[in-house]
Amino acid sequence: MVNYFKKWFSKKEPEIKPVAIKTAPLDAAELESVTAPIPMNPPQLVVGTGQSIGLQRDHNEDTLYAVSAILADGANETQFGLFMVADGMGGYEYGEVASSIAARATTQYILSKVYLPHVNPEGDAPQESLQEIIETGIMKAQQLVRARAPGGGTTLTAAVLIGDQVTIAHVGDSRAYFVHPGGRIELLTQDHSLVHRLVELGQITEEEALIHPNRNVLYRALGQPEPFKPDIQTFEMPHPGFLMICSDGLWGTVDDAKMMRIVSDAKNPSEACSKLVEAANETGGPDNISVVLVEYL
Amino acid sequence: MPTISVSNSGWGLLDTQGITQNFSKSDPVKQLAPGVVLVGRYLIQDVIGVGGMGSVYRARDMHFPNVVKLVAVKEMINQGRDQVVRQTIIQNFEREANILVTLNHFSIPKIFDYFSHDERSYLVLEYVHGKDLEAILSETQGMLAEDQVIGWAIEICDVLEYLHGHKPEPIIFRDMKPSNIMINHQSHVVLVDFGIAKAFQTGQKGTMIGTEGYSPPEQYRGDATQRADIYSLGATIHHLLTKRDPRLEPPFSFGERPIRQLNPAVSAELEAVVQTALQYNPEERFPTATEFKNALLAAAKKTGALDRIKVPNVSSDQMIKPVWVFRCEDEVRGSPTYDLGMIFVGSYDNNLYGLDAVQGEFRWKYPTDGGIVTKPFVSNELVFAGSEDGRIYAVSTKTGRLAWSHQVEKPIRSSPRVADGLVYFGADDGYLHSLNIISTRREFRFDAGVAVRSSPAMSNEFIYFGNEDGDFFCIDYHGQLKWRFRAKRAITGTALVVAGVVYFTSLDGSVYALDAKSGWVLWRFRMLKGSISTPCRVESFVFVGSADGYIYCLDANTAKEIWRYETGHQVSGSPVVHNDTVYCGSADGKMYALDYKTGRVRWKFVTGGPITSTPVIANDVVYFGSSDHMVYALMA
Repeated sequence: MVNYFKKWFSKKEPEIKPVAIKTAPLDAAELESVTAPIPMNPPQLVVGTGQSIGLQRDHNEDTLYAVSAILADGANETQFGLFMVADGMGGYEYGEVASSIAARATTQYILSKVYLPHVNPEGDAPQESLQEIIETGIMKAQQLVRARAPGGGTTLTAAVLIGDQVTIAHVGDSRAYFVHPGGRIELLTQDHSLVHRLVELGQITEEEALIHPNRNVLYRALGQPEPFKPDIQTFEMPHPGFLMICSDGLWGTVDDAKMMRIVSDAKNPSEACSKLVEAANETGGPDNISVVLVEYL
Repeated sequence: MPTISVSNSGWGLLDTQGITQNFSKSDPVKQLAPGVVLVGRYLIQDVIGVGGMGSVYRARDMHFPNVVKLVAVKEMINQGRDQVVRQTIIQNFEREANILVTLNHFSIPKIFDYFSHDERSYLVLEYVHGKDLEAILSETQGMLAEDQVIGWAIEICDVLEYLHGHKPEPIIFRDMKPSNIMINHQSHVVLVDFGIAKAFQTGQKGTMIGTEGYSPPEQYRGDATQRADIYSLGATIHHLLTKRDPRLEPPFSFGERPIRQLNPAVSAELEAVVQTALQYNPEERFPTATEFKNALLAAAKKTGALDRIKVPNVSSDQMIKPVWVFRCEDEVRGSPTYDLGMIFVGSYDNNLYGLDAVQGEFRWKYPTDGGIVTKPFVSNELVFAGSEDGRIYAVSTKTGRLAWSHQVEKPIRSSPRVADGLVYFGADDGYLHSLNIISTRREFRFDAGVAVRSSPAMSNEFIYFGNEDGDFFCIDYHGQLKWRFRAKRAITGTALVVAGVVYFTSLDGSVYALDAKSGWVLWRFRMLKGSISTPCRVESFVFVGSADGYIYCLDANTAKEIWRYETGHQVSGSPVVHNDTVYCGSADGKMYALDYKTGRVRWKFVTGGPITSTPVIANDVVYFGSSDHMVYALMA
């Protein structure tokens, strides 16, 4: 790896003689000045992902997907990103099939309807709105899951970022968060789980929810026989800031404060993701873990 | 995630529609093809429904070769993992089939036969000619009549009484919902899809999906009692009366959408009965179907009587007195502007007026050569206003004396905006103009092709506006196009730019939300008619009026309607929010003050003509004009 970078980033191999300079660890203020964010031009997305089967399951039913792109031609600059986590379930070995089919079908539809028209030099913007396109994509995924993974189901939390706006579609109990600079974590999605609903209704407390016998019951998921509509919302992407999407293998085991600390302390999103996965496994890793972390610089 | 257990839903649809999914060729669960004959007797004709457990077919009974006797054949595919489980499932199925076959009620289809082979079991039952309530709901324009719904509900209570009274064990239907209730050709209720499929869903634990909106909370504890059926019937009636599908709402949220809020035509009596059936705690519901039925009968009687008495509308329309009123010589269609204790407003009488904001006293007027329908803009002690005469005027705020005017070729109906020493405005000549407010020299004009009546919205060094052809433009301060978007019809209203999103309306009937940077449509919301109203955003609420007569409140993130308020006529003016109240005028002549979170009326104020003017609010006073020639000042 090191050689790879050397090959690309050094024109020739200069003979570097080590100079006798003593280095000491920088103090906090010095560190600040070195690590202060450099304004990026054009503003860009940095993406990290992490996935683990966990420590107690014998196979992985999660699927994650991430793509980020930028088009800057002087007149315009547009950031584009598509990020998602799907957490499959199903007793007939269809869980992983369901999550993978759902993620692929949604991705394929969104890229073809949103991204390809955007880079087409002769293209017109689509007539449908982004929210409508995403909803149709999820409905296509739903049909495919029903046909290809009968009896299986999956959550799906997908984010489409265009410019400064991020549109989040959500079914099930995977979650999307913003992590704002200065240490604030903001949950953007509502779990479609029975216990969440019971907490909302004041029937049980948050603590009871964690041990409720029906804590795994979702009332909305791809693959269900009944019709449903995904929750779709558009937000202004924090800039600078992070978008995080994860399965319950992460948020169910690592609390908000810890997730936020890991994200804020990490050198980059990839490192943050691997530390988040590590933290989930340190609690016993009861479930599959998937996380996508996007930093907007 | 652990294993899955499909809920009790989605099995039935014993009807001629409701095929909701595509079975692709690679589907591992093969449907029977038309022409297949089961057990030498039932000729499969068609699939009439698909559910989680298998399909429902229409078949012909070949034991009656000389007549066409149609039957419904329900197929259940045994998904048990091993031989023992599969055997148990079949036994349960046969036991339940044996119970059902003894039932005799005109609202329950007769069971003719059942059999199992391979991993499939079949139930042969009466084919019901008719439509299910889900189909009837979706085919009905507007709302179903209350009397009709009560009639059905009473029949359903009847059959529930029969089932719950079954000996030795009561039979719980478990899956009451519109798609399981057929209305036959004699207009009577027939329940289809009994809970028999349950046997096929046992033996799984862990994550469950597909819990539907008709089921009571206790189903998650595995309780299925009479009161569960009562809840589900309540949920079904709620859906029938409101057309709000509970499967698309969070579970147990009926209390958050009272029937009469969604359908004011429903009587308070019926609403109360349904509410009782829908109580979260089973003990608070009707204990039996009989009591539910009696309550429905009582409500029907009462409303029958109440129908003949018209309850007069007690709320008087004129709820408040104006602070002051100023009369112009003609209609005031444009909107006033407030600046430093003065109100500036144009009128169709050609004058631009300067009024004292506190007393409404006349200070000055400047006569143009055409009516003024634009909203004046104040900057550098000058009031800018465009006129039908094709001129833009700059008039001293203090004296009303003309500083300068500039002629374009067509009327100006777009309100001017000033930024960085330049005034921007559109005109019917098809240009967006930009003039230096000191030298009056033209900075640029942007060719929009057709008339620009929308006013320029400025944000972040960009200018946003639409034209009468439906184009929407984003240009920079040098007049260079950054992006454009095309709506289906004219964009006359002014855009609003908040938090990186541009909101505007079009005569095509949509409210659009576009990414301000790229012009991407993030969402759109369809109103019943076109709009020229300018949206207003407070917190995550977007308010807008429409020619359909409604003032809408939308969620800025989800594009979902939060509430809408019906006025008596088109809403061409724009809503304005002050504190927690939305102020908006309507062509019905009234200025409305609505609670911004609920849309409830705080007050309304009647003028003598349509209001197209957008109010301006300063120091807790609401200022607006009306076609009755008046400018009004009301306490907010």
